[in-house]
Amino acid sequence: MLLEIKNLHASVGGKEILKGVDLSVNEGEVHAIMGPNGSGKSTLAHVLAGRPGYDVTEGRVLYKGKDLLAMSPEIRAREGVFLAFQYPVEIPGVSNVYFLKNALNAIRKHRGEPELDAMDFLKLTREKAKLVDIDEDLVKRPVNEGFSGGEKKRNEIFQMAILDPTLAILDETDSGLDIDALRTVAAGVNQLRSPQRSMIVVTHYQRLLNYIVPDFLHVLVDGSIALSGGKELALELEERGYAWLEKEPPGPHAEAVV
Amino acid sequence: MEAVARPDDLYSASLARFEEKRFAGEPAWLSQIRREAFARFEALGFPGVKNEEWKYTNVGPIAKVPFRPGNDRAGLEEGPHAGPLPGGESARIVFINGRHAPGLSKAAAGPAVVRSLREALREEPQLLKPRLARHASFEKNAFTALNTAFLEDGAFVRIPRGTIAGEPVHLIFLSAADGGEPVVSHPRNLILAEPNSQAAIIETYIGSPLPEGGGIYFTNAVTEVVCEEGAVLEHYKLQRESLSAFHVQTIQAAQGRASNFASHNFCLGAALARTDINVLFTAEGSECALNGLFLAGGSQHMDNHTLIDHAKPRCTSRELYKGILDGRSRGVFHGKIIVRQDAQKTDAVQTNKNLLLSREALVNSTPALEILADDVKCRHGSTIGQLDANSLFYLRSRGIGEREARALLTYAFAADLASRIRVPWVREEIEAFLGQRLPQAAEAS
Repeated sequence: MLLEIKNLHASVGGKEILKGVDLSVNEGEVHAIMGPNGSGKSTLAHVLAGRPGYDVTEGRVLYKGKDLLAMSPEIRAREGVFLAFQYPVEIPGVSNVYFLKNALNAIRKHRGEPELDAMDFLKLTREKAKLVDIDEDLVKRPVNEGFSGGEKKRNEIFQMAILDPTLAILDETDSGLDIDALRTVAAGVNQLRSPQRSMIVVTHYQRLLNYIVPDFLHVLVDGSIALSGGKELALELEERGYAWLEKEPPGPHAEAVV
Repeated sequence: MEAVARPDDLYSASLARFEEKRFAGEPAWLSQIRREAFARFEALGFPGVKNEEWKYTNVGPIAKVPFRPGNDRAGLEEGPHAGPLPGGESARIVFINGRHAPGLSKAAAGPAVVRSLREALREEPQLLKPRLARHASFEKNAFTALNTAFLEDGAFVRIPRGTIAGEPVHLIFLSAADGGEPVVSHPRNLILAEPNSQAAIIETYIGSPLPEGGGIYFTNAVTEVVCEEGAVLEHYKLQRESLSAFHVQTIQAAQGRASNFASHNFCLGAALARTDINVLFTAEGSECALNGLFLAGGSQHMDNHTLIDHAKPRCTSRELYKGILDGRSRGVFHGKIIVRQDAQKTDAVQTNKNLLLSREALVNSTPALEILADDVKCRHGSTIGQLDANSLFYLRSRGIGEREARALLTYAFAADLASRIRVPWVREEIEAFLGQRLPQAAEAS
């Protein structure tokens, strides 16, 4: 098992958001997490990536059999965890390539691999830029500065392609995208699916799952997983919404509903 | 005006000695200015913190130290500064403790005429008389008064009419305490860009590169810049004084019609540093750019005052100052823009951004716009902040360590000012300095 989340409780600014999340992800699986606004989807994504200010109050997370929560964000990244941000940050003054070369070499060093020189890195960026269909000019520009919403999301997937994570967490990567941008981003993600890579796809809308078809789908309601099932669950949610799940607090056997 | 200390007998005695020995043969007009300036200094005294212009900068430490003029040897003839040039320079003129060191200087290869002020006063006083000490007023500024009273040497740079000096002219002011005794120097520079000339001038202020360092000394410099009609002048100030030094400078620029003056002010050294950069538009259609970066750590104090006087119509000014403060350092930015009544169609933008890397660091930012004309475009903005937590997490989430991430973001904050430097070796030097200082800055926070 790659990731095992057990009874995870987490608070932000003293307010409990996650109230006992259990989730297991095996190698190569794609898990979608859906849920209404404020259910804790993004919080879960950020807790896994180690965002400061998100306090875990109970529970544990094992990643490759190791205690993920004990690791700093950079160590998690070096161990293969990647978070695609819902709101990628603009960093004027730092070029994408400079930033990514440093990041990749920090990861490679951690893995005991030799650092890539400028030429090899350039070759890699060309190859991956093609894979996720991102303009090479964007790659050279300062990180996300002046990028459109779609370009920012594409840049996240490009970074993911370069850094080659074992566990990719996509936090509402579809939000704010028009249909063409959504298709491009989803195609990039699909290119990166592999038996060696697991993904957690956090989304508010079912439409992303038409393009990125998950192996499993979980519904997060009020800080815990209310329902889990296969990809067909998405269609049911599309029809019925989340309200029916919110009215009755899920019992311990919620999974039996499906 | 309240003063923290009366100028003591030391300065009076020095002036008497000056007049007797060194300046016996100087032109009468200069002796006259010198005496007036000293009288003004005596009347003003060193400014106290109740003086609005010096509100955040206490010069008490300068007033209390019995500085004396240093010798011009100080064992500094050898050192990195005497070595090969870092890159393109069309001329280099070196001063040790304020006095011209001909052995370390290199004659101009381009059209620029570069000589020591002392030599120019002797040989072409008629050229200096209408210009020297005619721009930097000592009426209100005690340090300028003191400099004018004791002016002895410095650089006189003339870019002849219609010429283009390809590589920059480099003025180096090297200082060191004299056998442990605190010394003072009053470098006085005059830069004259004649009509339609073009040049880049670099002023470097640096403490002794010798292992014992520069020790306690006080540089009190004044530079007058005259941009005549159609002249294009880039001016760089690289202040890298010793960390126990005091540094005060006024740069006073007068811009003629359709001239262009770009100032790049990098404040990196000294225990206490104060720079005033004043620009006066004397005719229409000119443009100035004031760029500044101050990088303070430890208990350094850095004060930057700018004044852009839009006295004439259709002039444009662009100002960007950034401060990065770490440790218990203190920074001051005071940017005044005056738009006079008939200065219509003025276009002025001023921005000041400050980054605090530690809890103890402090910065005072005061933009001051005084607009008396009605058809103008003026904007200003000022920010003080810390490294952005989102950006920091973003970098770390990609595998970049916290220290490197902090250094990278801090570097990025200053990057636009470095990228504006058009002299490659100056840009490299500043970038190297940033790279070398910032990881420490990150660690300390």
